[in-house]
Amino acid sequence: MSAELSSDLIRSSAADLAARLAAGEVSSVEVTQAHLDRIAAVDGDVHAFLHVNAAALETAAQVDADRADGVALPALAGVPIAIKDVLCTLDMPSTSGSKILEGWVPPYDATVVARLRAARMIPLGKTNMDEFAMGSSTEHSAYGPTRNPWDLERIPGGSGGGSAAAVSAFEAPVALGSDTGGSIRQPAAVTGSVGVKPTYGAVSRYGAIALASSLDQVGPVSRTVLDAALVHDVIGGHDARDATSIPDAWPSMAEAARRGARGDVLKGLRVGVVKELDGDGEGFQAGVRQRFTETLDLLAGAGAEIVEVSAPNFEYAVAAYYLILPAEASSNLAKFDSVRFGLRVEVPGGTVEDVMAATREAGFGPEVKRRIILGTYALSAGYYDAYYGSAQKVRTLIQRDFAAAFEKADILVSPSAPTTAFRFGEKLADPLAMYLNDVTTIPANLAGVPGMGLPMGLAPEDGLPTGLQLMAPAREDARLYEAGAAIEALLESHWGGPLWAQVPALPGSASNGGAR
Amino acid sequence: MSEITPERVAHLASLARIALTPAEIETLTGELGAIVDAVATVQQVATPDVPATSHPIPLTGGMRPDVPGVTLTTEQALAGAPDHDGSRFRVTAILGEEQ
Repeated sequence: MSAELSSDLIRSSAADLAARLAAGEVSSVEVTQAHLDRIAAVDGDVHAFLHVNAAALETAAQVDADRADGVALPALAGVPIAIKDVLCTLDMPSTSGSKILEGWVPPYDATVVARLRAARMIPLGKTNMDEFAMGSSTEHSAYGPTRNPWDLERIPGGSGGGSAAAVSAFEAPVALGSDTGGSIRQPAAVTGSVGVKPTYGAVSRYGAIALASSLDQVGPVSRTVLDAALVHDVIGGHDARDATSIPDAWPSMAEAARRGARGDVLKGLRVGVVKELDGDGEGFQAGVRQRFTETLDLLAGAGAEIVEVSAPNFEYAVAAYYLILPAEASSNLAKFDSVRFGLRVEVPGGTVEDVMAATREAGFGPEVKRRIILGTYALSAGYYDAYYGSAQKVRTLIQRDFAAAFEKADILVSPSAPTTAFRFGEKLADPLAMYLNDVTTIPANLAGVPGMGLPMGLAPEDGLPTGLQLMAPAREDARLYEAGAAIEALLESHWGGPLWAQVPALPGSASNGGAR
Repeated sequence: MSEITPERVAHLASLARIALTPAEIETLTGELGAIVDAVATVQQVATPDVPATSHPIPLTGGMRPDVPGVTLTTEQALAGAPDHDGSRFRVTAILGEEQ
């Protein structure tokens, strides 16, 4: 395969690859090989992957053979995809970024993984993440951080920094992520990519290693809105194995995205700017604020009606989140008990309880310990009502704020993250500073509504990506894809091309990908 | 100010079955104190008239036909275990001497 073809394949969208595969212009083996070559060339620097799938080419060859035999194949058959390590895979280790699960190969596939296999997509490997998805930078991965392809000295966001870096470094066209408080949308913002947290219950969590069960959602990561929609259509829909899975039928997200890119859906669309998240507040970077304001002007120019909405209880969202999440995590992570799977640290003469405590001490990193202890405190007798109970009430108030806002607006917008990518170590010493990074994304998780992050341009002061967040009412995921694709098209026509094309060339990448 | 003391952190760690070192207990005491003070702001708006929300999108029902599904074999269930005897997980003594 020529360097030109390889470079062209890794920079293609999943939608384009699917069309060329279906037309027989390229083979899945070629497409997969191009991405494996790219991983070999740049992942030593980026470290998006914890594991690369040794069977990827074989799986691709089977798709090619079936296509040659005239077998009817699903739309994304033969298109590679990266999988966040929080998701269980039968044929690859699934560690959730933790030493306590080092080398663990699950006895089952997550439903979303089974669905992408059924769609004949090619799993490329498992992507890096903060341990058990606790973090906003991947600095809490037990296996070392992922580096931002836009600047290798900076964080790629988190927890799903590996999936976001993989798509923005052209190591994969699309990826799977999980979002408990912004772990899909915030990495998308700081890497100039697209990520969607679907409605709570829209995508199965069966086989997703649980962090906080009332907040976790699995969703797509990509470079384009249409690609996210195509992946959403593959993984979404009811799953009897997840008791929180919504049984409703869903419209095609890909059709919604195509409708949005084609038509003039912005005309008359009521776009609500959440006053509490509009970028004026403390902690918002000037360049993020500037790009947000410019985007609102562009939207108004395209016929959208910009309305201000107020969500006064969003102020308490981060506080409520850091009670609910640790409480649920302390319960979910009790399963790492040194008995049934994962690490065991021997304690000579010790009881099973001593072994358990020594194992959890050795196997969990500092952020995980911090949150388990905090959650144990929030749930303890005498404090439950004051902390966990109060946080659950804030959840009700935030849901009411959303309901009131959606009476005035069809979609809500805010910056996806308050700043561009920060440098490694900048927020590690201060857990609270790290937590505040999720101020824009947490409300959607608390209320269960869907949220999308998409590129909003580069901040003038540092030349790094900023992100726009869209939010829609629960079950209205299609509205996000329709509006998101329209806004993407509007911004790209303003910029003269997609933002991802401006990512600097990486060391080791030669002519293969990156800005040329 | 919160009531996070080193003794309380040590007790919480024992409840959570994490054998923290004295240095970790000291660091966590300071960090958790600051975090608890920050998150306690939820009490400002959590008045008695506000109902609690435990799940964002509550579902009821969810019945399925009462038929056997696919389950793990013993071999699969034991495959990731640190120690087993072929049919059961093996652990050290469950009870200590004082029990």
